[in-house]
Amino acid sequence: MIAAQTQAEFRRLFRVWEFTGFGLAFPLILYVFIGLQGSGPGAAAYHKYVLASMCAYAVVNIALSTFGISVANERGTRMDALLRAMPVRPIAPLVGKTIAAVAFALAAILLLFLAGILLAGIAMPSEQWFNLTWRLLLAIIPFICMGFAIGYLTGPSGAVLAVNLILLPMSFASGIFFPINGLPAFIKDIAPFLPMYHLGHLAWNAVGVPYDDLWKSVAWLAGYSVVFLAVTLWAVRREDDRRFT
Amino acid sequence: MPVSIGSSPGSTASADTPAAGATVELVDAHKKFGSVEALRGVSITVRPGELVGLLGPNGAGKTTAISLMLGLRRPTTGTARLFGLEPRDLRARSRTGVMLQESGIPLTLKVREVVDLFRTYYPKPLPTDTVVESAGLGEFQNSLVGKLSGGQRQRVYFALAICGDPEALFLDEPTVGLDTATRRSFWEQVRGFKRHGKSIVLTTHYLDEADALADRVIVIDHGLIRAEDTPEAIRGLVPGKKVSFTWPGFTAEALAGLPVEGLAIGGPRVTFLTSHPEDVLRSLLAGGAPITDLEVAGAGLEEAVLVLTGGR
Repeated sequence: MIAAQTQAEFRRLFRVWEFTGFGLAFPLILYVFIGLQGSGPGAAAYHKYVLASMCAYAVVNIALSTFGISVANERGTRMDALLRAMPVRPIAPLVGKTIAAVAFALAAILLLFLAGILLAGIAMPSEQWFNLTWRLLLAIIPFICMGFAIGYLTGPSGAVLAVNLILLPMSFASGIFFPINGLPAFIKDIAPFLPMYHLGHLAWNAVGVPYDDLWKSVAWLAGYSVVFLAVTLWAVRREDDRRFT
Repeated sequence: MPVSIGSSPGSTASADTPAAGATVELVDAHKKFGSVEALRGVSITVRPGELVGLLGPNGAGKTTAISLMLGLRRPTTGTARLFGLEPRDLRARSRTGVMLQESGIPLTLKVREVVDLFRTYYPKPLPTDTVVESAGLGEFQNSLVGKLSGGQRQRVYFALAICGDPEALFLDEPTVGLDTATRRSFWEQVRGFKRHGKSIVLTTHYLDEADALADRVIVIDHGLIRAEDTPEAIRGLVPGKKVSFTWPGFTAEALAGLPVEGLAIGGPRVTFLTSHPEDVLRSLLAGGAPITDLEVAGAGLEEAVLVLTGGR
């Protein structure tokens, strides 16, 4: 059943061009615009750095839109009501969604890798490619929880707005689009509290940027998972009280 | 005007003697939403193989009753049982198929794919071909659900309701918004399903639908059961003919002493029910009544329900 659910999610992701375009093509386009500049001695490191940034962005984007927007849509169209009358535990469809989101994120990462190799001529040890991939796929969890919370706290149109309002500012403030040093001081102060800042550091470190607080970042991401999961459970219970009691 | 009728099985079951082997059982179920009482003590028993129609105007409490039966909502007081179990029990649900009002389905899946997905929710589903065939979806099976018309989409809901080979089927307003031909072909599907000995609970505000399909009709209004019997018996509760005519300036005194019921005056249009239309009309016309556009028709379930639900 989970396999069927995952398959259905995949079909949805690949059939709706908004999802495919937004999830796969948009990070790729961004990467082509900002990731291929520069030449000379620093260029190789810069190219790897931007590639890691874009992969981090792509992963968060998929987690928030796959979960946030689709959960909100399913609530908005009352698809969840029919599912609740089915002989399935409510968690099963979510497992399918999670698997599909992780696989979709992997597809987005591999596309960016391909672009990096072909267009920027990036070469790095296989260990670094591998590290970047598994770190991002694991660190998607807090963002999946976050997307789920957004999906339960907003409606179908609100979710799109919320995802965009959160994703872009958080990406900028976490140093994903521009190095953090160039940001205003107050944003620099906020950055270490953002989950994407820690995701970014895990990603940059995977491709060779030295970083001492690796475990601190892992702890931050784990903490965010717990917080967003708690918010989600609270929202699910609130929904239960409103619509299903 | 509450009417209590005879000894239907549901109305006599009490909380401590649940009907043995009942498919569905609501016992003295109350449901409050804030200060609104959607159900005010409703007892319904549905036995295996029975098709029960819940009939009533919009807002009568039909959907609330079906939500309690399915465990989508919980009664404020009273009990709900599905196959003798708590309705949220997956063992009960795996024997149940559901068509809800205005529930969404994945629009980006093809008909066959969505049927296949829902089949995986059930322990012993029917073969996909059988489901697609019985729902009349053969020619649409490879179409995206999002591209189907309302009537075709309703067939998809029916397919999803039967795909698990359920013993009980719950259909909440299944033909709202469908044209007559589509409704009739839907009725055929429901009858076909019933021939396999399944229990069906159907809510509708179309009287012809209850008349055409139900073994037993339960009339609900304002959260209470107003009547419960076979469609024929409920039809028999009101006088046999419906008389209507236009008479500007009509007052009820014109009918004083005549055998009429259910008088309704809408502008110059006057409507009432009577078992003796000839006598009533003879008397009116002899008195010089300025009647035009006279119509006399057999009263049906519709009139019965109007009388039972106080003309709402």
